[in-house]
Amino acid sequence: MISRFQIAYKNLLRKKARTLLTLVGIMLSSWVLVSLLGFNRGYEAALNRDIDNMGYQLMVMAKGCPYEAATMMLQGGTGLRYIEQSMVDSIVHRSEVDKVTPILMQAFFDPDKGDGGGIAGYFGVDAETFPTMKPFFRFRQGGWFHDEQAAEAVMGYEAAELEQREVGDKILVPEKNVQLKVVGILERTGTQDDGTIFVPLKTLQKISGIDKITTIGIKVKKDADSAKLEAALYQLPDVQVVSFTQVKQTIMKLVATARVMVLSIAIIAMLIAMAGVVNTILMSVLERLQEIGILKTMGAMPGDIFILVWTETLILCSSGGVAGIGLAFVFARLSDILVRRVLPYAPGGELVAIDLKLALLTLAVIVVVGLLSGIYPAWKAGRVRPLESIRSEG
Amino acid sequence: MTTGNGVSLAARGLTRVYRRGSEDIRALDGVSLQIRRGEFVSFMGTSGSGKTTLVNLLGCLDNPTSGELELAGRSIFGGGRALSERELTRIRREVFGYIFQNFYLIPTLTVRENVALPLAFYRKPGSEGEVERLLRLLGMEHRLDHLPGQISGGEMQRVAIARALVNRPEILLADEPTGNLDTQRSAEIGEILQDLNRSAGLTIVMVTHNPGLARLGGRLIEMRDGRLHEG
Repeated sequence: MISRFQIAYKNLLRKKARTLLTLVGIMLSSWVLVSLLGFNRGYEAALNRDIDNMGYQLMVMAKGCPYEAATMMLQGGTGLRYIEQSMVDSIVHRSEVDKVTPILMQAFFDPDKGDGGGIAGYFGVDAETFPTMKPFFRFRQGGWFHDEQAAEAVMGYEAAELEQREVGDKILVPEKNVQLKVVGILERTGTQDDGTIFVPLKTLQKISGIDKITTIGIKVKKDADSAKLEAALYQLPDVQVVSFTQVKQTIMKLVATARVMVLSIAIIAMLIAMAGVVNTILMSVLERLQEIGILKTMGAMPGDIFILVWTETLILCSSGGVAGIGLAFVFARLSDILVRRVLPYAPGGELVAIDLKLALLTLAVIVVVGLLSGIYPAWKAGRVRPLESIRSEG
Repeated sequence: MTTGNGVSLAARGLTRVYRRGSEDIRALDGVSLQIRRGEFVSFMGTSGSGKTTLVNLLGCLDNPTSGELELAGRSIFGGGRALSERELTRIRREVFGYIFQNFYLIPTLTVRENVALPLAFYRKPGSEGEVERLLRLLGMEHRLDHLPGQISGGEMQRVAIARALVNRPEILLADEPTGNLDTQRSAEIGEILQDLNRSAGLTIVMVTHNPGLARLGGRLIEMRDGRLHEG
């Protein structure tokens, strides 16, 4: 016996090239749509993760553009203005403050990095307070520095991978010709810390000849009034306070514009694909008018024909949708790379986050839009009158 | 579907007028006839004589402009009310099987699937196992899994006949069933129809240009200008 589904499926096989082209159209639009929806959720999650993994919610730094400074910090760059280290003492005793850590960021030109050289960034961190801000750090090899003035370094996962370093290796600080011994290599965190080289604060101050710091990271106590603390910190001389909540909001606003544009393109791509579906199914109906008439002489009701043609639409859209979503899963990493190229700031970790729930949601959207597109051809097929389609002579 | 007097189809004053531009074309002009259960009736006539129009009305493929039609004593058309497509379909699938000059097989379905096609939409009790039985009866058991493109024209019409019979119709309507076949294949199809009529008691109403085929039926009716001329 033969089911209606088999009839619909085999009808689509008649014009293989046309069916294939329509499928490709749906597949590509599903791919774009699911990747963009994945980006929509992945980017915010990655940004949140990056900010949460900073370990602190507020940063105090010398006056300048706070967002530029914050972005530079997130990217492992350097703040070029300095503050006195004694400022840490005036902050740490405040009742809202849980923990405080001083940081010195320095960048040196490394002629051996990349083609034509590049900047090597170093984070001078306090061996006592900084690790408590990052309790999620796990070491692949070794551990933290042995003392606060040791000529030692802890490398992020990617930094160590890039330079092919193991614990015990020596690395040379460019420009300064100072050797540091690698004492620890971190596990991957999916954040900017992966590309960072951490050095004891005092060691980096000594190497760079600067006895100041660039940043104070502040972890606020749970339930403390963060706004009140921010206001108080602004009373300190020549500093600015960066709240990562604000940074996140600003970055999200920047990205939202790009996101709306790309989402619009995805919707247009989907509409074009669906116009292809209407065209394919309608052409197929018009080519089969006589056969549809014969089906009606056999006892097929208008509703049966409607369902049959609608099933063809369903097969096209669901197959194209599944294929497109499959491609999105397979090439998620490629999408990630492309997105990173076009964004002004991309947090670490997975930017395009596609999971089963999102895949099913996208498939549902494709199928529903497809079925809506199929209504007209199916309705037209259901209205075919057998006599008109098979009349040959009177 | 027959009444006590054995009448399967009864038409009274069937008229069909088509409008072409500003002109009315009277394709069928007050035709009255009775077809009894188990009869094999052939309609002959020139193109435009109204034979296909009559068969279309008898087969509930179209509504008449006026006149009445009874199917086994039940009034189908009458009182000037046109039946909806849904009502016509309901009658068609209960009573009729159709074969046409162009076999209208679906090219991507196998012989077996083409014959089973009507069962996907309507299954009359007793139709189980009919696909294989009919294909065996029509000598097509060796072609079950072939596609229409892989069989001859005569075989295609045999498949179309099996498809028309799969839901055990009361009446088989055949519109130029050998119009696309050579003499030998036409004769084979004629024999099959004659055999179905004689052995299974199937009522057959056929339109043909082929005098040899028309003579196979027990009753030959000639049509001219939308009227019957029974010899």
